[in-house]
Amino acid sequence: MNPGQQYRLADLRLQIARLNGGSHKTKPLAFGLRALDEHLPGGGLARGALHEIIEAGLASEFAGSTTLFTAGIAARLKGPVLWCLSRRDLFAPGLLHAGLHPDRVIYAEAEREREILPLIEEGLREKGLAAVVGEVTRMSLIASRRLQLAAEATGVTALVIRRWWTLAEKDLVHLPTAAVTRWRIEPAPSELMPAPGLGRERWQVELLRCRGAEPRTWILEACDAKGRLALPADLADRSDQAADQRAAAS
Amino acid sequence: MTVHTVGSRRVVRAACAAAQETGLHVGMALAQAQALVPNLHVVEAAPDEDEASLRELTRWAIGYSPVVAADPPDGLWIDIAGVAHLFGSEEELLADLTSRLTRQGIVARAAVADAPGAAWAVARYGAAGVVPTGRTVDAVATLSIRGLRIAADKLTALHKLGIERVGQLAAMPRAPLVRRFGRDVALRLDQALGHAFEPITPLIPKETPTASRAFAEPIGRLEDLKSVLLRLAKDLCRQLERRGEGVRRLDLLFQRVDQKSVCLRVGTAKANRDAAHLAKLFDERLQSIDPGFGIEEIVLIASKVEPLAETQTQVRDLGEEGASEADMGQLVDRLGARIGMRKVYRLAPVQSLVPERMARRIPALAPPTGSVWPENLPRPTRLLDPPEPVVATALLPDHPPRFFVWRKVRHNVAKADGPERITSEWWNGDKGLAARDYYRVETEQGGRFWIFRDAPTAEGGRWWMHGFFS
Repeated sequence: MNPGQQYRLADLRLQIARLNGGSHKTKPLAFGLRALDEHLPGGGLARGALHEIIEAGLASEFAGSTTLFTAGIAARLKGPVLWCLSRRDLFAPGLLHAGLHPDRVIYAEAEREREILPLIEEGLREKGLAAVVGEVTRMSLIASRRLQLAAEATGVTALVIRRWWTLAEKDLVHLPTAAVTRWRIEPAPSELMPAPGLGRERWQVELLRCRGAEPRTWILEACDAKGRLALPADLADRSDQAADQRAAAS
Repeated sequence: MTVHTVGSRRVVRAACAAAQETGLHVGMALAQAQALVPNLHVVEAAPDEDEASLRELTRWAIGYSPVVAADPPDGLWIDIAGVAHLFGSEEELLADLTSRLTRQGIVARAAVADAPGAAWAVARYGAAGVVPTGRTVDAVATLSIRGLRIAADKLTALHKLGIERVGQLAAMPRAPLVRRFGRDVALRLDQALGHAFEPITPLIPKETPTASRAFAEPIGRLEDLKSVLLRLAKDLCRQLERRGEGVRRLDLLFQRVDQKSVCLRVGTAKANRDAAHLAKLFDERLQSIDPGFGIEEIVLIASKVEPLAETQTQVRDLGEEGASEADMGQLVDRLGARIGMRKVYRLAPVQSLVPERMARRIPALAPPTGSVWPENLPRPTRLLDPPEPVVATALLPDHPPRFFVWRKVRHNVAKADGPERITSEWWNGDKGLAARDYYRVETEQGGRFWIFRDAPTAEGGRWWMHGFFS
């Protein structure tokens, strides 16, 4: 490719970004892990966008890992967080372990599932918020597009945890949406400790869908008290970890 | 017991519950009552004072709905259309109302029904409580005809005919009924059954700031309503600015051409005087207004106000935090208008180690507590409340389980941590000496669970699933 073509390409990319990304020009939120940040377009999780997080594995209807993963992202953003839910199974002391201080979280409890999406949108229209977290079962393409547009307009990040309670609802979770990224978190066996006890949790973090990047899988250590993920020490040295994972998965 | 004079007789006007138990009833002659109960405490009735205190109570009840009216001598109307969801449900509103009244020492019976007349009858002669929508006729039919608010002489006449229940009266042919007892009885019957409309004239305290607009031509389009609302809000905010106050609760009354009134209510998390914001709070619910043949008058009432000083809201270049705090107030208002103020909250730490009790709800805009839960204690992100029983097997007593069966699935435990003993807190009202031994376990697949045993194995402790780390 000659320099002229390259220049043209960069220019086109910029135009597309301008068309897609709206007016805000905030830097994406880096995970602080090279493996992740280099893979994601822009070097991190886009702010002012809709992100979906799905839990997999045993007891996935309780979304224990996704909650921590989401709380970790919200904790690393600056400002208050709105958490929209309809079930009362969230345990706030657990969120603190991802660095989300209780003073920062405003909860909005809807009586019915379908009231949650309007609440999320209402939150996304508020510029002062850092993020809006919603626990949602059903999210249609149109609804997600609406949320995505609202998020783009204000630059508030929308994090949607997909919950499900029956097998039929579990299938709904995989329908397409307009979210910028879709993550799947599955607990993975943690490092063997020399003595009885538990080490840091490990997750298999899958990027199922991402605008502008390939799907990919990582094995990561769960959020620490500041909400940061980490590469497991015994896997970090491996030359191409993700490639192995994908080979194993396919 | 209070007495009053009717003609030359001294008659019981009201009797307390204890007096009623001894067999006294309203309308009994005083001499007879004193013969029944020798040392009876008798007080001269003061109807004026009663009425004044009823008015006072009516004003208090504005806390529940903008449309409240006194119903002398002993009743109170509250039109809860469009406000019940702020309390959760009609049942919860009713429970809240009665418990508050009881705490004030007022014995009250309350009922919710589709029609004011039905609620009147059910509260006084029925089982009280909530009459489900559309079941009014069933609920009222079995009640005594005294629940119809008809004159005493007509009641006696009906009794003579053997008509005791509303249902019997309703089954009678209408024309002879009207001819014999007058239009009044038929109207009361219709009102009780919900067939006839009954207006409630709301009590608006004089000093409340209001803005109203009457229209020469009735209006009904949503866009018109919105623009009028905005103008009213601006009016109201100007008034409030002069008084140095901000709105905490706002009522919007629509007077329809057919004399029905519809009302909406919204609350704000803190005093506010921003007309555009206040008008926006109604946005969502304005669509639910049925204008019928048109709306003649719109009244905007600031039914609850608080002092609000002028503040600088914008700082150039810096002071981002102050601005965001002000914004949160508006967000909380908008959310509160959708789902009710009680459903928008923050969770604050409580000095307790019992998981179910570790957090309490505080208003969303309460000042930051700054306190946190102890950070060195691992806690799950999701709690199963109540805990579910699991069948678990440990190799040794007081060891973490080797495997457990939860919801018919067997999980093999690969690693575990614990126990962490959490004892009951007698100072918080826990009974017994139950101590829980919590274990964090990781299954072979990597899922992490929080399970506990409610007593040492030797004492027959059972295992419970309580939370999920991942």
